[in-house]
Formats: sequence, structure tokens, C-alpha cells
Amino acid sequence: MSLIIDNLTVRHGAITAIDGLSFSVKEQELAAVIGANGAGKTTLLRTLSGLKTPVSGSASWQGESILNCKPEDLVRRGILHVSDGKTVIPELSVKENLALGGLWRKDKKDVAVATDEVIDLFPRLGERLSQSADTLSGGERQMLAIGRALISRPKLLFLDEPSLGLAPLIIEQIFSTLDSLRHKLGLTVVLVEQNAMSALGIADIGIIINLGKLVTTGKSKDLTSDPALQAAYLGY
Amino acid sequence: MRLISTLLIGISSGSIYSLMALALVLVWRSTRVVNFAQAGQAIASTYLGYLIISRTDNYWLALPVALVAGAIIGALVDIFLIRTLNKRVKSGPVASISPVIITLGLLGMIRSVVGMIWGGDARAYKAPISTHGFTFGTTTIPFSPYNLLTVFTCIVVMVAFSIIFQRTNLGLSLRAAAFQPEIARLAGVRVDLVRTIGWAFAGGAGAVAGVLVTPANSLSPNSLDLLLVLGFVAAVIGGLESMIGAAIGGLVLGIGLALILEYVSTSLAFPSAFIILILVLLIKPSGIFGKKGGRDA
Repeated sequence: MSLIIDNLTVRHGAITAIDGLSFSVKEQELAAVIGANGAGKTTLLRTLSGLKTPVSGSASWQGESILNCKPEDLVRRGILHVSDGKTVIPELSVKENLALGGLWRKDKKDVAVATDEVIDLFPRLGERLSQSADTLSGGERQMLAIGRALISRPKLLFLDEPSLGLAPLIIEQIFSTLDSLRHKLGLTVVLVEQNAMSALGIADIGIIINLGKLVTTGKSKDLTSDPALQAAYLGY
Repeated sequence: MRLISTLLIGISSGSIYSLMALALVLVWRSTRVVNFAQAGQAIASTYLGYLIISRTDNYWLALPVALVAGAIIGALVDIFLIRTLNKRVKSGPVASISPVIITLGLLGMIRSVVGMIWGGDARAYKAPISTHGFTFGTTTIPFSPYNLLTVFTCIVVMVAFSIIFQRTNLGLSLRAAAFQPEIARLAGVRVDLVRTIGWAFAGGAGAVAGVLVTPANSLSPNSLDLLLVLGFVAAVIGGLESMIGAAIGGLVLGIGLALILEYVSTSLAFPSAFIILILVLLIKPSGIFGKKGGRDA
């Protein structure tokens, strides 16, 4: 079973942001969704995580539809979305931001275990637990957002531009952490990125979209070695 | 002695303004609604309290019943009116103004319904303890045991709220949902439910304010209108976003008004409230506890 998206169409008013998009991601795969600004990447994730309602099409995870569900219900099914830009709540402390990830969970013992794991993974968060999240750097905020999602024990993780606004060295760190995490936890990941090189570097498959339509999909190795794609979409 | 007594009276009336301000702030920061109906919700709850006092002569039963009734009314207003409205009217100039008009209309409706049930005549009930001022030797000050009870009750409510908001999981959900509803939702917080709980808390606080203030005045369908205005003034003085701000705003307003009434003129109450507001905003444009970009818990 896997994430299957079939003929999905999403509109913003009169503009068609996603236009009959179909692709699938196998369980425990990392899929990188690549495309220019305005290709519909963010809209795709917002639709899959319940923030936006599609016009038509279907999307299912492990055989059950995920469309027209509330985000908070999808979270309870192990589907977590780390959105782009504003990813943490700056008015709350680091500790409180992390705690949000476990609030809905009944197994409080495992929440404590998961929180310790996240702090081991990102020691810088551990040093700043009582600070306001407002004081964190961009990279630390991204760690906090991913950490919060991990405390919810996700099975399917949507990541929207984790590299946005970060320095190259930090981007490399975030991507290598992500790569080891998903293997360790058996996560299925849909990673939306403009930074095509880094994303395809850790991805199993690549999904290239343009103006809301699928351009091509395939193993990331094959995509990166295709000269036509390189020129048009991968920015070499 | 005169000054101390005036300050005490200011603290007593200010604590009630704080409660009303708290009710308005809770709703504003969770749903961005300026809730004029708060006076109506409070008056309905207070009439219910009056009903219980007139039947059982028991103020101590009336207060918690009014609090619970106020909370239920608040929750119902959110569920049936505000949620429905937000679902249908999502953007544009109408979206930001319609809740204000709706709550104004609701205020009028509740007043009419209350008037239909209990009539427009002023009613009254007695305070449960003495409203005669404390006597020291031969001097009697205006500050009474009932004023003391009022201050104490407001403090209890405020402390209870701040414990709930700062120390419990529900409080964390309430704050997250108020600050960043979308991120809260993506973290699993049931934002709609949590907002309704916020409305319920606000309704409860407003009801307590109504029941506390009434023995000093009288009860009629629009007897809490002034309290609503002063609650708004206090909330804005405090910065509109913060619970501590509401508390401080109410006290600043209460003490300021008491001083003006005692030392300047007794006919200046209403305009003075606005003079105090304008002075505070001139010195600190975002209110005492308001922040330009962010919000404080």
C-alpha cells in the first residue's frame, strides 16, 4: 500500500493550481516534488494535508482516502505536514512547540520517549527548551518543526521547502538528518523543493511538475542524468 | 485615608472591568471577533442568577450557576453563529466587519428577549454580605466587605484562568489555536473545539462580572452596557491581546476613574474613561501590554 494520487485538480478561485495530477509513492519511499515557483507544489501538499479542498480527483494513503479530511484528523492517522515559511509558533517556548506534537496522543509514556529522541537528534533544541521559539534561527526553527512532527510518530511526512531561507551548510545538515531519519523510522516522505539538486540527492523518486501538471516522474538517478530535464527543470 | 479609600474603591470596580476585559480579550484573540454581544450574554446569565436569588435567596448558588450558564451561552454563540458565519463568509471587506454587526444584533436580540421575559423595569438583588463601608474608629470608608469580596472573586477567576492557560494542555491548545491556528491544526489541535472553549471561558467571566456588579446598580435589560464599554476601554488599554493586559487595564481604568470621581467631579465618569484611554494610547500606542508584531500569552 502507498500514497496514490489520481487525477487531482485544485483551484484557487479561477486559477487552476493543480491540473489533473497523478502519481504514487510507495511506502518508505522518499519522493521529491520538483518544480519552479508557482508550479503548484505547496498547493499539492496543502490539499493532501487537509488545508485545502480539491475540485476533483482522489488521493489515498494505505487504501483510505485522505481528501476532504480535517488536518487534525489526518495527524491522528500518522500524516504530518511541516508547512513552509512559518513552521513554529513564535509566541510559545521551544518546549511548548514540541509539546504540541504530543498533545493529542494518549500514550504519554511514548510521547516522553519521542521527545527525548528529538532532543538527542537536535541537541540545540534541548539547550533552548525554555526560550521563546521567536529567538531561534531559521535552521533551528526547521529542526523544531520537524521535531514536533516526529513526536506525533508520523508514518507519512509532507515537508514543504525545508531549505527555504537557510544557509547551504544548514541545508546540507537538514537533508542528511532527514535521510538518516526516514531510513531509521521507515517514514514515507513527500518533499517539496525548489532546491532540486539536494532533494533528488536523497530521494528515491522524483516528481517534476510544471503549472500544476505532471512533467515526468521516475527514479531520481534517472532524472538527474537526463540532459533535457536538467536544462529545463533542475537548474544545472 | 481619603486617598487610600479611593484607591480601594478603584481596585474594586477596576477588578470587575478586568473580568469584562478578559472576556473580550479571550474572544478577540482566539476568533478576531469584537464581541458586543458579551454584554447580552452577561445580562442573560445575570438574570438567571437573579432568578435563583429571588427563589432561593442564595447568592452563593446564583454565582456558579450564572458562570456555567454564561459559559454555555458563549459556546452556543460560537457554535451556531460565529462558526457558521466564518464557514460562509471567508474573505473580503464583509468578512472582517460581519461578526461585529452580528454580535451587535445579537446584543439587541438578547436584550429584547430578556425584556420580554422579565420586563423592562429595573430589578435588584442584595449583596450576600454588607455593602456598608468598613469603619475604623469613628470614620467609615466607602470600601465595604462586598467590595472586598468582589476583588477576591475577580482574583480567584483570574488566577484560575492563568493556571489553565499557562500550566495545562488545554491552555497550551488554547494559546496555540489563538496565535497560529493553521500550525496548531497541523500539529493536531482541534482548533474549532478549542475556540468554542475559549468562547465558553469568556462567557463565564462576563457572567461573573455581571453578577458581581449588579448589587451596586440595578438589573435591567441594558444595565451592563456601561460595563461593556468600560471593559472594552480596559481591554484596549491593556493591549487587547494579553490576559495580564486585561487585568492591568481594568485596574488602571478603575483607579483612574475613582480618583477623578473623588477629586474632580462625579459627573465625569463616562468622558473620563475615554480620556484615560487616549492618554494611555498616546504614551503607548499599542496598549500597555500590546506588542507591535507578536502577541503575549
